[in-house]
Amino acid sequence: MNQINRLAGGQINRAKELSFRFDGRSFKGYEGDTLASALLANGERLMGRSFKYHRPRGVLTAGSEEPNALVELRQGNRQEPNTRATVAELFEGLEASAQNAWPSLRFDAMAVNDRFSNFLTAGFYYKTFMWPKPFWEKVYEPIIRKAAGLGSISFEEDPDLYDKGFLHCDLLIIGAGPTGLAAALTAGRSGARVILADEDFRMGGRLNAETLALGDASGSDWAAEALAELASLDNVRLMTRTTVIGAFDHGIYGAVERVQDHLPQAIADKPRQILWRIYSRKAMLCAGAMERPIAFADNDRPGVMLASAVRSYVNRWAAAPAQEIAIFTNNDDGHRTAADLIARGVKVPAVIDVRADAPAVVGAELLAGAEVIGTEGRLGLTSVTVRLANGQTRKIKCGALAVSGGWNPNLHLTCHQRGRPQWNAELAAFVPGPDLPSGMTVAGAANGQLSTARALAGGATGAIAALDDLGISASAIDVPQAEDAPIALKPFWHVQGGKSRAWVDLQNDVTVKDVKLAHQENFVSVEHLKRYTTLGMATDQGKTSNMLGLAVMAELTGKSIPETGTTIFRPPYTPVPMGTMAGRATGKHFHPTRKTPSHHWAEEQGAVFTEVGDWLRAQWFPRQGETHWRQSVDREVLQTRKSVGVCDVTTLGKIDVQGKDAATFLNKVYANAFAKLPVGKVRYGLMLREDGIAYDDGTAARLAEDHFVVTTTTANAVLAYRNMEFARQCLFPDLDVQLISTTEAWAQYAVAGPNARKLLEKVVDADVDISNEGFPFMACGEITVCGGLRARLFRISFSGELAYEIAVPTRYGDALVRALMEAGEEFEVTPYGTEALGVMRIEKGHAAGNELNGTTTALNLGLGRMVSKKKDCIGNTLSEREGLSDESGLRLVGFKPVSATEPVTAGAHLMNASGEISASTDQGYITSACFSPNLGCSIGIGFLKDGANRLGEVLRAANPLEGSTVEVEVVSAHFIDPEGERLRA
Amino acid sequence: MHKLKPTTALGADKPQIDQFDGLEIAERPDFALASLAARQGAEAQCAELAKAHLGFDLPAAGQGHLADPHSGFWMGADQWMISAPQASHEDLAAALKTAVGDAGSVSEQTDGWCRFDLSGPGLKAVVERLCNADLTSMALGDARRVRLEHLGCFIWCLDPGQAVAILGPRSSAASLHHALVGAALSAL
Repeated sequence: MNQINRLAGGQINRAKELSFRFDGRSFKGYEGDTLASALLANGERLMGRSFKYHRPRGVLTAGSEEPNALVELRQGNRQEPNTRATVAELFEGLEASAQNAWPSLRFDAMAVNDRFSNFLTAGFYYKTFMWPKPFWEKVYEPIIRKAAGLGSISFEEDPDLYDKGFLHCDLLIIGAGPTGLAAALTAGRSGARVILADEDFRMGGRLNAETLALGDASGSDWAAEALAELASLDNVRLMTRTTVIGAFDHGIYGAVERVQDHLPQAIADKPRQILWRIYSRKAMLCAGAMERPIAFADNDRPGVMLASAVRSYVNRWAAAPAQEIAIFTNNDDGHRTAADLIARGVKVPAVIDVRADAPAVVGAELLAGAEVIGTEGRLGLTSVTVRLANGQTRKIKCGALAVSGGWNPNLHLTCHQRGRPQWNAELAAFVPGPDLPSGMTVAGAANGQLSTARALAGGATGAIAALDDLGISASAIDVPQAEDAPIALKPFWHVQGGKSRAWVDLQNDVTVKDVKLAHQENFVSVEHLKRYTTLGMATDQGKTSNMLGLAVMAELTGKSIPETGTTIFRPPYTPVPMGTMAGRATGKHFHPTRKTPSHHWAEEQGAVFTEVGDWLRAQWFPRQGETHWRQSVDREVLQTRKSVGVCDVTTLGKIDVQGKDAATFLNKVYANAFAKLPVGKVRYGLMLREDGIAYDDGTAARLAEDHFVVTTTTANAVLAYRNMEFARQCLFPDLDVQLISTTEAWAQYAVAGPNARKLLEKVVDADVDISNEGFPFMACGEITVCGGLRARLFRISFSGELAYEIAVPTRYGDALVRALMEAGEEFEVTPYGTEALGVMRIEKGHAAGNELNGTTTALNLGLGRMVSKKKDCIGNTLSEREGLSDESGLRLVGFKPVSATEPVTAGAHLMNASGEISASTDQGYITSACFSPNLGCSIGIGFLKDGANRLGEVLRAANPLEGSTVEVEVVSAHFIDPEGERLRA
Repeated sequence: MHKLKPTTALGADKPQIDQFDGLEIAERPDFALASLAARQGAEAQCAELAKAHLGFDLPAAGQGHLADPHSGFWMGADQWMISAPQASHEDLAAALKTAVGDAGSVSEQTDGWCRFDLSGPGLKAVVERLCNADLTSMALGDARRVRLEHLGCFIWCLDPGQAVAILGPRSSAASLHHALVGAALSAL
């Protein structure tokens, strides 16, 4: 298809012609085009269908504020919905499709909705679909969602990479129009570290879209020259295609850089987009202003556009939206549009100016004091109907209408921290208020300075002031001469008395009538107006519609616009893909993985791993012939209890506690006493939360008078360390105690079973006495192994067997596990994983995370006497609360099935042998359960009311979720070796 | 001499080295580490004894010192990380404890961390995609605690703008390495 509306000139590269497809048809454009400009150049005004009524829609703007021209870009797993054609850079082979249209954009069957518009007004679904009630979720809502909406997603995994990054600067300049460029030149020449970010792929802002001169040069040439200088400065970073999306605390800004969106093919290993966090000492918002439309009957027809957008398309992209373009304006900018069009050879049939005293127009007919009251054309504008100053109407043939209702400063980022804009009566617009985010200043059109001269001056002086605050001296630059036209505007929001609907929010199909309905139904607050009508929602966040909606509501309530107020501006400024938010933290890289020192060895053994927080731990080690995990786990348990097993327990938290008050400190953070623990001994310890609930258990080994090693559970390693550090710094700052984590520094293995000592004797050095006398239960020491390597040995047992934990510097962990397995060959040593570990601790009745579940106390755990009353500790007092100290409260006990073949299920609730099974008759619950290969049946531990006094009683373990109830006998939680003879052997 | 063979944090016999256009990422298992914390009330004594042993003043907040054999950086209030070549100073922690006595608490940290040295002209472009350290503001020896790949890491300036060491938790070395390589591929 020919580019029938392509003009001469423009800032496009005609040497590089590009082919693209839109809605199944092929077109040509040029490098430098956007999808919207290329379509307009090809005579295509119809670009989408509206949200609710499926009305034909064309492009309204030339920027990121576009409400209408939303398309689906690319195909397959790279399909992206709701892409604004106005900012989609054209590339060779670009594929775009219209969205929210079926079967085609030109003939959309869903346009039938428009016929029923009287029934589909604001909030209609709240009123209409009231009955029957269950239908809302299953019938009505799905149908409504299907009928209305924007783009669709592919449901395929996004193949692109996204990065996150961090930048630092003295001055962040947001927007590279005349204001931003003047600021950047001023700051750049001073040597300050400057970041200049602009969402466009070509910096210069309106300078690229206007024909105004700056000094002797055109605006775009001046911008190009300024950018060339800035590019040569090492202290200036130019970031095109980068939208600053939010102003956050302490001068931190979020910015999305679109690195590859404009490329036909993704480059391997390179990100599609980068989410930057910019740490600025100062920031200047130079984001310009947005033109606003005027509402009139049928103002949504393709071809009705903002006047500034028309100038952008004509001047920058050499694409005329139509051969004949009429103007509808309330200010002098409309006249500028007419002049530009006429200069470019585009016919301007009329300038319709609501001002009776509108200035004269050269080359076009001026209809002063006139208003547009209607438009015609099925899929695109063919004419407008004008009510003249004398009351007569006249139809004017045109393919496009350039509308200008004035300008709104682009102040969104000034409000991201609850700043409120102020009303400027001269502009009839909101301007930034005094409560700006820390470090931010606003200059140029964003600050209500709407002429080019004032923009340049504001940028230059603003930069000097911002840098001066930082102690950086900047000199004034030579600002070129530029237009400085005064504001000449008559506030005018919507044309009264039109026969058809006048559209306020094109993206959400909100009309003046909808605003009136909201008012009629008492939704007059702007926040209610927004939610009732959906005005200002969705991808454009009402950038072109909010003011209009406010103005209409103000008119209805009889209040002024500033009294009516604005809704809250929130980040992001423009839509951000979820992938960009996620960055690289996707799939298995969602979180980092921690590997134990024996990980590679365990992989060699064919271990099955399980995630424990970030850790990967061996769950069990299948051997040849084992087809079910239970076979492996049972074997590991039996072999450990029969001879010896080895388990990597590096994941347990290890906290080095030193200082002359280390023992006193531990007395405070543990419920039980540690002050008198002899050097060379380990003690089991229980930590309480401040509310008296038990939260972690572990051991503390005293390596010296002033040196302990505290171990925590794997799950609570970080929490316990954090709590201890808080206690050290904030609760007990007078104590001399120093903490540091050594979890990662030491590889630690449990060696458990009757042959544990024999095995270890082959590994520890000869001068280390680990006999029962020389190294009794709960002993610890710093020793050497394997010929002189420093190591730590602890005689502690989680399994209930004779057991040790041996630790070496982590780099030797792989070698040590191999040495242990080699030394244990004669004892048929087995590695065991977390499953066998769990079975053995249940057999022994040791509490773990299931029991320390955030609701249980030391008393519940049967450890009440551990909470020493001879000293104070965190949680001590609150553990004595009445509700926590009930003598007949929950106690940890064991459970065996009455019939050995029946399972005991964790989570089952305990009920008396007979009677109702209900929450009101609940006797407790089972926390952990397993099959015990030693006992030959399923067993469990859990909490039972008055449990210590109910041994031997038969209860029912009810599992209503799975519909089963099993009779269980209450037994001691210590199924194996209740006297502890094995571990002391 | 003991008979256990060490492995690197990435689980190999030899350190991993990755080359990119403008950057080298080198795993460095050849440094011993020890943390030093001054005892309460003995801060001055600790600083004096440490200086006598290490040959430099314990660095102020955000700063560090690079020398042979001992180097170090500030880690927290009255807390420093000391480094020395592993081959000659495997007993770094023990020797440091002997030097500072009851004036300081010392913990062996050698294998608590993995260390990757990043060097080359592409450094800045890569680091800015990894963490919020501002390389431009970092002088020789300066160190920052940063979050990188969700991990608490240190970034230590070895050559301003040209080379840094990144110390991260050893068990997550593979994740950290993946992040470093990913950023290098992305930025260079």
